[in-house]
Amino acid sequence: MKRSKTMELGVGLFMLAGILGLLFLGMRVSGMAFTTPGDTFRLEANFANIGSLKPRARVTMAGVTVGRVTAIELDTDWYDARVVLELNGDLEGQLSRDTTAAILTAGLLGEQYIGLTVGGDPETLVEGDTIRDTQSAMVLEELIQQFVSNMVSD
Amino acid sequence: MIGRIVSLGRRGCEVLEALGRAGQFLAQSSVGVPSREGWYLWLRQMHFVGVLSLAIVLVSGLFIGMVLALQGYTLLVDFGAEQALGQMVALSLLRELSPVVAALLFAGRAGSALTAEIGLMKATEQLTSMEMIGVDPLRRVVAPRLWAGFVALPLLTVGFSVVGIYGGYLVGVEWLGVFEGSYWSNMQASVDFIGDVGNGMLKSVVFALVVTWIAVFQGYDLVPTSEGISRATTRTVVYSSLAVLGLDFVLTALMFGGFS
Repeated sequence: MKRSKTMELGVGLFMLAGILGLLFLGMRVSGMAFTTPGDTFRLEANFANIGSLKPRARVTMAGVTVGRVTAIELDTDWYDARVVLELNGDLEGQLSRDTTAAILTAGLLGEQYIGLTVGGDPETLVEGDTIRDTQSAMVLEELIQQFVSNMVSD
Repeated sequence: MIGRIVSLGRRGCEVLEALGRAGQFLAQSSVGVPSREGWYLWLRQMHFVGVLSLAIVLVSGLFIGMVLALQGYTLLVDFGAEQALGQMVALSLLRELSPVVAALLFAGRAGSALTAEIGLMKATEQLTSMEMIGVDPLRRVVAPRLWAGFVALPLLTVGFSVVGIYGGYLVGVEWLGVFEGSYWSNMQASVDFIGDVGNGMLKSVVFALVVTWIAVFQGYDLVPTSEGISRATTRTVVYSSLAVLGLDFVLTALMFGGFS
């Protein structure tokens, strides 16, 4: 056990490097941030068609990310999709009641996300409210169908 | 005809017996109260299988990351989606390439050495003499090597991923001119810590178990001749590689196949 000190040092450094690497994978690669729970609030929105929107998709306002989609489920009362949004807490009480939500696409083939646009109502949305005015995802087949039927009628 | 069936049955029994021996061997050697002495033995093996394997694993990681970025860029640029390069490099490294390639390198670099070392101890009757003087060779020789392997391979896998992602950054951003912000932000948007990093690490822990177990057992169970040692070393590398690749498919199907 003569050289055990340098060996210990080597092994210690090796394990430290492993732990630091894992930390790097957590922070830098998977973008984990230590957000304290409670500084967000939930809104719901019903869409006639969500296209390929997925949970964890971005929610943006004027292009700035302000939250994310937490859940998507089928609303059996209306047979449309109910999307639960989680927004930054500092927006609570700031969005007007007639805020609209639209499902947008990043680029031609990119992922889908939700864009919010504020309206002019003096009353504001709070925790658990539902956004009434929504615009469904653009579905390519429907768009083409519309285009073709317009051409025929012309 | 009957003779063939008999020989088939004998082969089956032999395989089962070997599996049973290997299981017993793993159970006996992996439990053991760690003493101060055992701690030093473990440290020594950790140095050998972990620290000394760093160079080959990190260099391979760098080149694999670089080649992924290069291949991915030429593929993605046709769709105008070269912004997704970071996502592609990170996901393929974390989910698939790091655990598998690190385990294969580990089997070649450390596993074969473990087999040869223990095999030579057996051939020169060191293991028998240990038993004669009342030292349990499973505890003294095998257990430190097993535990060193279990700990070292996951750590090496983390290193592989980190260096590979930087290799991809080097080629994609510095050389091919992908925007730096989109390299990192697309990666962060798509990589999930539990789902991707965690599952990759889980894979690597399973591979560490399998590779070290095979290596140590092959060394312990070989025919104690020079030919036996060379056969066992070859078997270690072949069996570990096959086991890693086969298990990888099963684990991938379970983790990412959506059968949950």
